[in-house]
Amino acid sequence: MDIHADMDMDGFNEARAARRARLRALSAALRYLMLFTVGLVMLYPLIWLVGASFKTNAEIFSGAGFIPRHPTLDGYIEGWRTSTPYTFGRFFWNSFLIILPKVIGTAISCTMAAYAFARFDFPLKKVLFTSVIAILLLPNVVTRIPQYMLFRDLGWLDSFLPLWVPSAFAGDAFFVFMLVQFLRSLPADMEEAARVDGANSLQTLVYIVVPMLAPALISVCLFQFMWTMNDFLGPLIYLSSVEKYPVSLALKLSIDTTEAFEWNRILAMSVLTITPALVIFFAAQRYFIEGISAGGVKG
Amino acid sequence: MKSQRALGLAYLTPYVVGLLVFTMIPFVASLYLSFTKYDLMSAPKWVGFDNFVKLFTRDRTFWKSLNVTLLYVFLTVPLKLAFALFIAAILNYRLRFINFFRTAFYVPSILGGSIAIAVLWRYIFASEGLANMALDLVGLGPVDWFGDPGNALFTITLLRCWQFGSAMVIFLAALQSIDKSLYEAARIDGASQTRIFFAITLPLLTPVIFFNLIMQMVQAFQEFNGPYIITQGGPLKATYLLPLYIYEEAFKKFNMGYASAIAWVLFVIITVLTLVAFWSSKKWVYYAGDKRS
Repeated sequence: MDIHADMDMDGFNEARAARRARLRALSAALRYLMLFTVGLVMLYPLIWLVGASFKTNAEIFSGAGFIPRHPTLDGYIEGWRTSTPYTFGRFFWNSFLIILPKVIGTAISCTMAAYAFARFDFPLKKVLFTSVIAILLLPNVVTRIPQYMLFRDLGWLDSFLPLWVPSAFAGDAFFVFMLVQFLRSLPADMEEAARVDGANSLQTLVYIVVPMLAPALISVCLFQFMWTMNDFLGPLIYLSSVEKYPVSLALKLSIDTTEAFEWNRILAMSVLTITPALVIFFAAQRYFIEGISAGGVKG
Repeated sequence: MKSQRALGLAYLTPYVVGLLVFTMIPFVASLYLSFTKYDLMSAPKWVGFDNFVKLFTRDRTFWKSLNVTLLYVFLTVPLKLAFALFIAAILNYRLRFINFFRTAFYVPSILGGSIAIAVLWRYIFASEGLANMALDLVGLGPVDWFGDPGNALFTITLLRCWQFGSAMVIFLAALQSIDKSLYEAARIDGASQTRIFFAITLPLLTPVIFFNLIMQMVQAFQEFNGPYIITQGGPLKATYLLPLYIYEEAFKKFNMGYASAIAWVLFVIITVLTLVAFWSSKKWVYYAGDKRS
């Protein structure tokens, strides 16, 4: 009797386990199918963009496939030349000239602010840290007009200064916030030891804190690079001469000035303008994912 | 101790200067400007509430633009968050290639507000573009994505929902930090997957949902690149969001006073909605260690 019951139980358990395993396999398959479909929908537009940039203009709207039937570099050659006196190379150079000082200024000023918030006590600290959150939530739209007037009065219009300077004063509160959070999670033992050994606070910052902050700082630089590369409204408001245009404005210009049917030029230049961001993302994606998970990010 | 304080403030000096010069003073100045008439040529002229009276009583463009903006935000933010949460929940299972999928889904967000992507959208949703070809494959008729005022705004919403990656990464990080023993206990008690999701996962995610909600909302209210490049605010102002209106008043027509007034209305709307979110969060956001149940 007992033996029978045991055997029944075993059989029952086996059947149940098998059913559960089948269910699990089915649910996993469903999930993969879903992920794959979504992934395809997400990425196909980009794949199509790259393919279409090598197509002839006649072919671009003739089918949904991405492989060009008559591959051509015309789009790249003609698009690069642009309808302005400059080539696209000039616009890439301008973007670089905007990005580099902006990233450096951001890294230095935000590190200083984060160091102050995370490691020092001073009057009004609470209020000032609240202001970081307030700026984070403050819509730019409300300060844009007076900022424009300020830069006009300083004679900075049509230069890169309005794009550089606010960032050099830790204007991107999100980065300050992110670095403060990161620094607070690190123990101050090493800094104490350095101080005991006679290092002053600046030496401690440069030789101890900055190396520890490195992963977060890399995230900051990468995000600032990306956002500046994609920034359109800033240059649109402040830059008026074509010779200073970054790629985002140049691309808009080429839409406005290219013949209506020269699609492949615009697509080819679109591919080029997103390439730096993509390359950097794939080279350093760990820092992006960690950066967002740590602080939450717009975008 | 005293030198400590001085040092702290010294390191904070750039931030404080920036805060005053580039944020606080412009903030107050824009409030002042909203009560003036100012064309950049002559000095601002105080006009009291004239700008606001005009906005609310005579400016039909403003009402249209406000309508469209609210519609856009209330459409885009929930759709984007729901989609991001849905995908994050699927990714959260111990699947292989999870990193691959996470990366793939994040790529569109990297390109974010870039002009190239807005350009791509124009091509994909053109009347003979990729979207209509795909619809044709499944036997659905072509849709007039941009030409029809009823569709144009939704097409821009689609663009922003396509960029759900950063919200998803935040959700995923939160999902992975949920204590696994909670799930095991629920399973032993015989709870179904759906029940587990709504009774455990969702409550524990509320702080992150709240964070994403605020960030996405503030951002959606300031959408500019999409409608500016893709539809230029058209057709029939169906995508003429308030930031476009402010931009044109300020930097095309140089009505700085009037533009500031619109900016302040937008600011007040965002602030009120943010405060409502914070206030209501007491009722629906669950913080671990909280005594309330």
